[in-house]
Amino acid sequence: MTEFLLGAAAFILGMVALGLVRILRGPGDADRIMAAQLFGAGGIAAVLLLGTATGESATLDVALTLALLAAFAAFAFVKAKLAQSPGESRTADSP
Amino acid sequence: MKLLLELWTIVAVIAGAFFFFAGTVGLLRFPDSLTRLHALSKADNLGLGLVVLGLLPQVDSVSAGLKIVGIWLLVLLSGATAAQWIARTLRQSGPDS
Repeated sequence: MTEFLLGAAAFILGMVALGLVRILRGPGDADRIMAAQLFGAGGIAAVLLLGTATGESATLDVALTLALLAAFAAFAFVKAKLAQSPGESRTADSP
Repeated sequence: MKLLLELWTIVAVIAGAFFFFAGTVGLLRFPDSLTRLHALSKADNLGLGLVVLGLLPQVDSVSAGLKIVGIWLLVLLSGATAAQWIARTLRQSGPDS
């Protein structure tokens, strides 16, 4: 079982690393942040698999931090993007 | 029973890994940003969700199980919200910016 979980973690990390090619190719900033989001989700999955395989419970906290940081990265991107777009009415932001 | 749980772990983790594969292929191959966003959401929600469901029988305590389900819920919530906001920036600034 341990070998299977480690193999699955390696596979997911490989897939996510392949997805990072999108950061090189672009074309837009949104595509790049999407690749970073995929890296966040895949990193969480890989860390959870590694933590369960090795029985190390502290990895759960690492995964939780990674989830939080991925969310903050996306929201910081959106915030910067909306601030620099011209002719945007700020009233649309209020719910 | 133990064999059944191990089988469940293997099937669910393989299904989750497949969704990460599909998400990566979609991110690399789909023609425009909105379709790529669609592919990304599948990988985020279903891939990680299936991995978490598969790992549930393998964790050693109830609190650890609750924690990984909580991580999944956090990713679901933030992933869905971030996808809406990224789509909004795409709509405002055009597909290629």
